[in-house]
Amino acid sequence: MNWISNYVRPKINSLFSRREVPDNLWTKCPECGTMLFHRELSENLNVCTNCDHHMNFTPRERFAALFDGGVFVEVKVPEPITDPLGFRDQKKYPDRLKAAQKATAEKEAMLVAEGEIGRTPIIAAAQDFSFMAGSMGMYVGNAIIAAAERAVKLKRPLVLFSAAGGARMQEGILSLMQMPRTTVAVELLREARLPYIVVLTHPTTGGVTASYAMLGDVHIAEPGALICFAGPRVIEQTIREKLPEGFQRAEYLLDHGMLDRVTHRRKMRDELVAILRMLTRQSPAVAGDLPAPKTDVAPIAVADTPVTPKTKVEKK
Amino acid sequence: MTTYLEFEKPLAEIEGKAEELRAMARNNAEMKVEKEAAALDKKAADLLRELYKDLSPWRKCLVARHPDRPHCKDYIEALFTEYTPLAGDRNFADDHAIMGGLARLDDLPVMVIGHEKGNDTKTRIERNFGMARPEGYRKAIRLMDLADRFGLPVITLIDTPGAYPGKGAEERGQAEAIARSTQKCLEIGVPLISVVIGEGGSGGAVAFATADRVAMLEHSVYSVISPEGCASILWKDAEKMREAADALKLTAQDLKKLGVIDRIIKEPSGGAQRNSAAAIASVGSELALMLAEFAGKKPADIIKERRRKYLDLGTKGLAA
Repeated sequence: MNWISNYVRPKINSLFSRREVPDNLWTKCPECGTMLFHRELSENLNVCTNCDHHMNFTPRERFAALFDGGVFVEVKVPEPITDPLGFRDQKKYPDRLKAAQKATAEKEAMLVAEGEIGRTPIIAAAQDFSFMAGSMGMYVGNAIIAAAERAVKLKRPLVLFSAAGGARMQEGILSLMQMPRTTVAVELLREARLPYIVVLTHPTTGGVTASYAMLGDVHIAEPGALICFAGPRVIEQTIREKLPEGFQRAEYLLDHGMLDRVTHRRKMRDELVAILRMLTRQSPAVAGDLPAPKTDVAPIAVADTPVTPKTKVEKK
Repeated sequence: MTTYLEFEKPLAEIEGKAEELRAMARNNAEMKVEKEAAALDKKAADLLRELYKDLSPWRKCLVARHPDRPHCKDYIEALFTEYTPLAGDRNFADDHAIMGGLARLDDLPVMVIGHEKGNDTKTRIERNFGMARPEGYRKAIRLMDLADRFGLPVITLIDTPGAYPGKGAEERGQAEAIARSTQKCLEIGVPLISVVIGEGGSGGAVAFATADRVAMLEHSVYSVISPEGCASILWKDAEKMREAADALKLTAQDLKKLGVIDRIIKEPSGGAQRNSAAAIASVGSELALMLAEFAGKKPADIIKERRRKYLDLGTKGLAA
C-alpha cells in the first residue's frame, strides 16, 4: 500500500474505465472477449459472431425469433400459492421473487405460448435462466402442465426449451414434487401421441434434467450447453479429481448417447420444423421466407393478449 | 454399544453412570446399588422422551442418518418371507446401493425395492452409502415393469442421501435414469406404496417414491436438498445447516401438512435406532393397512388416481 497504488492507480483507472462500455450498447462475449454491438448480437440470436458462443436468450427473445413473423399468443398458467413454506434465508423468498420480477419484467421462470413455426402449429415453453436461475418451482410445474394440456387440447406438438440451475430450494419439498408432476405432463403428451421435443440450453441441471428435460421424444441441445444431474463442482469434491475438458457439455452428452443432436441456434428453427412435420406426417415445409401468418389463424381461446416482441437485447 | 448423537450427551452420561454402578456391584457382592441404578434408568428414560418429544428439524436429520437405524435389508429380512433378490439392469451392472426382488408380505407376493446404506465400513462401501448410480434406477425400472406385468404390488423403502454424484454416473445418464424411473412409477397399474425409513434425498428418492401412498417414519426426513447443501448455496456457509433445515420444512410432520405424504409411522421412544424390532413391526402393520386400500382396484383407475394426486399436489401451504 503506497501512494502510487492508493491514489494514482484508481485515478488512472477511473479515467479510462469511464469510456470503456456504454451501458446496454455493447456486450462482451464471456468466451472470447469480443465486444459485440447490441444490434449485431440480437440479429445473431445472442450468439457471438466471433466464436459462436451461445449466450443467454430470454423466452421472449427466443419466441420472437422462433414463431412465424414473431407472432405468438401466451398460454395462461394457473398461479400457485406464493411462498408455501414461509421460506427465509438471508432474504425472504417473496422479496427474492419480487427482485427477479423487477429485473426481468417477467412473472416467473417459464413462458408458454402457442403459434406457428414454418406454418406448423405448436405449443412452446421456454425456461428463463435470468429469473432466479430458471429454477423449477410450482409455477414452472404448472406452466409445463398447462403447456401439455393445451397441446393435447389443440392436438399440437410441444417444444420445450430448458434452462435451469435445478429445483427452487425456497419451495422445499414442493419444488421436488415438480419432478413427478412434470413427468405426468409428459405422460399426457405420450398418451395423446403428440411429439414432445426438448431443446436443452445452457445450463440444464439437477432435478430439471432428471425429469422433463430427459423425457423428450427427441433431445436437441445448443452447442456448449452444460447438461448434467450433479454439477461439475460437486463431482470434483466427491471424487477428488479433475474432470476432463468438455465434461457434461452438449457435445460430450451427444458422444455418450444422451442426446439426438447438437444444433446451432441459427439452424434450430428449421430443424424443429423439419422434425415436427415428419413426426406429424405433414408435407415438407416451404423453403425460404414465408409471409407473416394472418393473425386470425392463431387460436386465441384461453390466452392473454398477444405480446409485441421486444427487439432490444437486455444486457445482464 | 449405543452410538450417541451430539445432543444425546446428557443421556449418555446418565446411562453411563447407571452402567458403572452395576459394574461395581458385580465386583462387590455387598454393594446394594439396584435402587440407585433404577432411579438413574428412570431419569434416562424421562430425558430420552423429553429429548425426542420435540426434535428440531436438524436433529431429525441426524436421527434419520443414525448408523444404528434399521436399514432396508433389516426391514426386508424381518417383514417379508421368501425374499428372492433380483439383480442387474441388463445393460451395464448390478448396483448394490439398490436392493430389490420378489417377496411375500403376509403371503401376498410383492416386489420390494429399496436403498441400502450398509451397516459397517465394508458393507457401506459395497452399498456406496445408499447412493445409487444409473444402473440402480434402471434395475428398479426393470423390477417395477416386471411387477406391473404380473400384477404384483410394489413396495419401496426410501433411505438415501441422494443419487451418486460421480463421473461414470453422469456419463451413463444419471438424470435420464432417474427421470425414467419416476416415469415408470407413474405408468404401472399396480399399487405402489412407499415408506421413507431414513433419509429421502432429493431426486434419488423421488425416482421411486412417486407412489400411491407415501408414509414416513416419525423421525425421517425428505427434502429437495440436504440442509448442508442448501446452507452452502443460500447462506454461503455450510455451517448454517440448522437454519437451512428449519427453512426447508423437511420433517414428516411438515410434509404431512403440505399433503406430500399420507401417513406418519410412529417410532419407539428414542427413535427407531433404539428399538429396531418395534420400528420394523410398525412399518409392517402400516404397509398392510395401506395395501388393503387397493384391494380389487382396476389398474387403469390406479394409474389415473396416482396422476391426479400429483397434478393436484401443492395447493396447500403451511400457514406461516
